[in-house]
Amino acid sequence: MTDNNSQEPRPGAIRRLFKWFRTPIGAVSLGFALVVSFVVGVVFWGGFHWAMEMTNTEKFCVSCHEMKDNVYAEYQGTVHQNNSSGVRATCPDCHVPKEWGPKVIRKIQASKELYGHFITGVIDTPEKFEDHRLYLASRVWTAMKETDSRECRNCHKFDYMDFTQQENRAAENHQKALDTGKTCIDCHQGIAHKLPEGYLDAYKKVSDDH
Amino acid sequence: MKKQALISAIAASAMIAVASFAIAQSASDVQTLRGADVDEPIGVEDVFHQDKQRFTRNYRQQPPLIPHTIEQYQIDLKANRCLSCHDWTTAGERNAPTLSMTHYMDRDGNQLDRVAGTRWFCNQCHVPQADAPALVDNTFKSSGN
Ligand code: HEC
Ligand code: HEC
Ligand code: HEC
Ligand code: HEC
Ligand code: HEC
Repeated sequence: MTDNNSQEPRPGAIRRLFKWFRTPIGAVSLGFALVVSFVVGVVFWGGFHWAMEMTNTEKFCVSCHEMKDNVYAEYQGTVHQNNSSGVRATCPDCHVPKEWGPKVIRKIQASKELYGHFITGVIDTPEKFEDHRLYLASRVWTAMKETDSRECRNCHKFDYMDFTQQENRAAENHQKALDTGKTCIDCHQGIAHKLPEGYLDAYKKVSDDH
Repeated sequence: MKKQALISAIAASAMIAVASFAIAQSASDVQTLRGADVDEPIGVEDVFHQDKQRFTRNYRQQPPLIPHTIEQYQIDLKANRCLSCHDWTTAGERNAPTLSMTHYMDRDGNQLDRVAGTRWFCNQCHVPQADAPALVDNTFKSSGN
């Protein structure tokens, strides 16, 4: 009872918490909580990172038949799979951004695409895939237009291209691209996959919208 | 009893027949398509690279040879990559020679806006060329001779 009447006002919540930390039991709990949250953080971050990397391999990309039977089959033997130097570009190299932010956004979009795989089955036969291909390709083109073909530029850079070693057509066009601000996908559609019917008109439309 | 013996006899002779056939198969000479034994290494064929200059036509109506690589250019029922540079709608922008009018004429002589179906498969007539020894003899004689 006397406590309640003591003259000292009751300390604020923060101060009380602070005081409690200084008691032995408080210090131990605090240390414990810190260690636990650190470990949990590491595990979660590691797991998150692991999941990101796991889903960023060619093996994962072609683990569904939609990709394996269509685009992966066509990619075989193209210059990004088979060339004189033996350096390869895999699906995520061209389709998943390298920087963390855009990468996470792309992964979230990809989760939405899984809905099409498991629930609606929009492209689960080669015929359906063909029917949707112009739409799918246009989406990739739009993304590349918006990022100035960022994924291509992760590997290829005009700065390091020796135009004199290139074929005439390539050198002339690349100079023109530099001068007029064109981007890789403007001239290099169908670099890794078969093109659908009416692709030129569809590309023009994507290009006009930007 | 008799029936069982008969069945076993038939089964045994069938097995012997199959086995001897298999042995005969493996003993006979393996026919090779590459003209060398299985364990015999054969050299890699010479690789001839494509000539990339513009060529003079050998006769007036010759489809010009292709002066650039066409590797991996898709030409099928769905798309024709050549047209992305050579069609009249794109050639100016891509700085390539425009298809001549013959490519826009169908077999009845009608002029079309899009490339004629008879000209769709470009490499039926146009090919790249490499300076390589001929694989087969050529008996072509030009009308001039
Ligand atoms: C992972 C790195 C990587 C990425 C990403 C990449 N490439 Fe490539 N690219 C290569 C390599 C390696 C070669 C083959 C070089 C050689 O011939 O040895 C190549 C070759 C090419 C060629 C030459 C084709 C030929 O027939 O000689 C073109 C054109 C090309 N890439 C365009 C692109 C475009 C457009 C993109 C973006 C959609 C892209 N690349 C993305 C690595 C990459
Ligand atoms: C204005 C059109 C145009 C643009 C834009 C363009 N290219 Fe090209 N590029 C060509 C042409 C034409 C060729 C030669 C023919 C071919 O391979 O289709 C070529 C060839 C190449 C080659 C092969 C070069 C060689 O001869 O070894 C590579 C690699 C390449 N491009 C990469 C790129 C990349 C990466 C970008 C974007 C940074 C880009 N290109 C943008 C027109 C273009
Ligand atoms: C060199 C870069 C490159 C690589 C490697 C690559 N793609 Fe693509 N992908 C593209 C481009 C560019 C498009 C846009 C359509 C076009 O121009 O062909 C595209 C389009 C697609 C599409 C839309 C449908 C279509 O055909 O247009 C799918 C699906 C796809 N890619 C999946 C894959 C998968 C799976 C792999 C791995 C086996 C892969 N890609 C490897 C560049 C690439
Ligand atoms: C990237 C654009 C591009 C593509 C794709 C392309 N060409 Fe060309 N083509 C050119 C250019 C540029 C020239 C002129 C080259 C020169 O002057 O050295 C040319 C020249 C030619 C010529 C020579 C014409 C003459 O009068 O001598 C023929 C034939 C030809 N191309 C056929 C084809 C065929 C067939 C295809 C498809 C398999 C094709 N081209 C795809 C750009 C292209
Ligand atoms: C039936 C055979 C045939 C087919 C198929 C064909 N061409 Fe030709 N092409 C010719 C002949 C013959 C000439 C030369 C005479 C002429 O111009 O008509 C020629 C000329 C050309 C020229 C030079 C035009 C000029 O004015 O210098 C180009 C470029 C060309 N063809 C590209 C193509 C392309 C690209 C395709 C596919 C869309 C194609 N050709 C399909 C027979 C053919």
